[in-house]
Amino acid sequence: MSQVSRLSDLYGREGLSPGHSACRGCGATVAVRQILLAAEPPFIVVTPTGCLEVISSQFPYTSWRVPWVHVAFENAAAVASGIEAALRALERKGLGRRHKVIVIAGDGGTFDIGFQALSGAFERGHDLLYICYDNEAYMNTGIQRSAATPLGSATTTTPAGKREQKKDIVSILVGHGSPYVATSSPHLWKDLTNKVRKAQSIEGPTFLHVVAPCPRGWYFEPQLTIKMAKLAVETRIFPIYEVENGKYRINYMINRPRPVEEYLKLQSRFAYLLRPENAHLLERFKQWVEDRWNYLQKMAAVTSS
Amino acid sequence: MYSLRTQRLMTGNEAVAYAVKQADVDFIAAYPITPQTIIVERLSEYVASGEINAEFVPVESEHSALSACIGASLSGARVFTSSSAQGLALMHEVMYIASGLRCPIVMAVANRALSAPLNIHGDHSDIMGSRDSGWVQIFCENPQEVYDYTIQAFRLAEHPDVLLPVTVNLDGFTVSHSSEPVAVLEDSVVKEYLPRHERPRLDYYSPASFGVFALPTHYFEFKVEQEKALRKAGDVFNEVAAAYPDEAGRLVKLDKVNSDGRIALVCMGGTTGTLRHVLKQSASREFSLISLKLFTPFPSKEILEALSDAEGVVVMDRATSPGAPLPPLASNIVASLYEAGINIPVLSVVYGLGGREPTLRLIREMLEKAKERLRTVKVRVNRMYLGYRGEER
Amino acid sequence: MKRRSEILMPVVFEVGNTAERSVANWRDSKPVIERRLCTNCLICWIYCPEPAIFMDEGGLVQIDYEHCKGCGICAEECPRKAIKMVMEDV
Repeated sequence: MSQVSRLSDLYGREGLSPGHSACRGCGATVAVRQILLAAEPPFIVVTPTGCLEVISSQFPYTSWRVPWVHVAFENAAAVASGIEAALRALERKGLGRRHKVIVIAGDGGTFDIGFQALSGAFERGHDLLYICYDNEAYMNTGIQRSAATPLGSATTTTPAGKREQKKDIVSILVGHGSPYVATSSPHLWKDLTNKVRKAQSIEGPTFLHVVAPCPRGWYFEPQLTIKMAKLAVETRIFPIYEVENGKYRINYMINRPRPVEEYLKLQSRFAYLLRPENAHLLERFKQWVEDRWNYLQKMAAVTSS
Repeated sequence: MYSLRTQRLMTGNEAVAYAVKQADVDFIAAYPITPQTIIVERLSEYVASGEINAEFVPVESEHSALSACIGASLSGARVFTSSSAQGLALMHEVMYIASGLRCPIVMAVANRALSAPLNIHGDHSDIMGSRDSGWVQIFCENPQEVYDYTIQAFRLAEHPDVLLPVTVNLDGFTVSHSSEPVAVLEDSVVKEYLPRHERPRLDYYSPASFGVFALPTHYFEFKVEQEKALRKAGDVFNEVAAAYPDEAGRLVKLDKVNSDGRIALVCMGGTTGTLRHVLKQSASREFSLISLKLFTPFPSKEILEALSDAEGVVVMDRATSPGAPLPPLASNIVASLYEAGINIPVLSVVYGLGGREPTLRLIREMLEKAKERLRTVKVRVNRMYLGYRGEER
Repeated sequence: MKRRSEILMPVVFEVGNTAERSVANWRDSKPVIERRLCTNCLICWIYCPEPAIFMDEGGLVQIDYEHCKGCGICAEECPRKAIKMVMEDV
């Protein structure tokens, strides 16, 4: 595994072609580009139904320059399991060769409908890298709530703001015994690309949770996508950390977090949350951010020895 | 050519597993469900003992089983799975994708009733629920056919002009769990019969995008092309069967006995054996029997040939189509007759739901009623539920 | 095994061929690089969602106007403020 230290290490390895139909300023495609720039051959990409699939694969066109497959919404991890195991058998028989299978899925296909297949694949221990680009709602169908939608966020199915906080997907996958689970953000391109390489180099089911700001669904101006990812991290709303064989490590220490309001007020989806009558919800949001940060710090301390 | 064969005592399920082992599959994914479970138990034993060089993936659901099979198939592997009833229903979505992506997966279905009420016994309602999923659908009468047809299913599925998934159907319990002597081929003979063909696959060094979406500008054409491929499966069927090394085991679209009988019985699966037995014992030569092996693509031409001398036809369905004019097999037969302008009376019999046994006595009664109804009643299509205890409509 | 895409299976063999399509008409403003400020650091490129930024043979960063949708991320993120968004003529 070679380390990515300069952008020139990545240049010329493009896996996604332009001309796709992602919205202007799409955070998911920035993340996907970086993932593909980093990934080491040979690999195969599996994408469930969702934004990424729809923007990149309208017959007779494809934006993918690498082998890619879409089957359905809820089964990306199962499809990946099949590819991984089949290639193992084919390699043994001299009829094919193993590839790293990389799933790139949205939060709906990961946290919700694809969760059973994901859990099954991780429990069985397939050698695959599952990456969730998290834009915190069902954007492809028009911004409906998912289990990854944060507390207070308005979606078309939670018009007055979601009442529940998002699922802690990382802990769930750590609970599956995965050797490597990490979070990242496209604004930290060095972090993301090196984590892709690291996760890819580890045998077994590994997971990356990547924040993917969505101008359309979060209601912000498209030029602010990278800023938004940065704010998510610098407010401690989306901490950057990794869990390697159960050992927690915060990769991007935020000693002086920016106020969460700085992040929330730039996105109209949080308009309700910021209303005076919802102050108690905002308090809950802040508490959640603080609790999780404290939890991560404790876990990092406890597991470091 | 029986020198090719040795006999072994096997259930239908064991016959499937043995055939799959000899087919040298690369990948199996399955989830346990009665009455199919023994197939995958045997296969996992073969994998564990090294008798078969394949990966067995014990997935967490049938939906994932078929999804994993698609991934494996698109990677170039020879792939097998099996299921029943609720499991097949859970696969329903993925079945359409397997055929749409032209994956030559072979699936054994130990046919079982669908819930509710929950029932683990045999009938064909599971596979009939996926009738229009674009898979080739083969029905077997006994473990011997199960063995022979499973092997031929791989060759049919993987034929370069076909590239479609195939189900091999065996009645739950009556075929899946009944032991009979099965004559099996030598491993090397099966290997020679099932050569591997190149097909587009997921490969970093020859990239392609699989499973792209189609707008109204292209979707229609994809679907019609897929239908043509399914028809093509009917055309290459005989070629696939003719190449099978043992003539006695060759796959046929249908098999007709008592050709001179003036009333034709049409049936699929294990109950056909019961009908054969009843007809053999009977002094009457009034009935001919058509054992239908290929349900999809429906062999209308061959059915019409077989019915050319019939004065009436009894169609036996082990499934219902609630609210439809006729159950699935009867519906196909009537449509075929209509298309050919043949205007003979039809008795549509629904039997054996949820494992209710079509006993010898019931079959004999049915034959008597059939003679009477097809002779005396003026309506073109009669209906009856065989062995149903309630009042007929 | 290589073949051309045909209406047979939903597979596209001409990988990356969306590059043949122009998305220029998505744009209401376009990024313009001010050469004297640009250090060709590629930050704009790594944050481009398309990608519509490339390095020419002379090693200079350029905008691919056929594929730029005008989101403005490059202008926003350029560490030297070397990219300006300019309204398109309508």
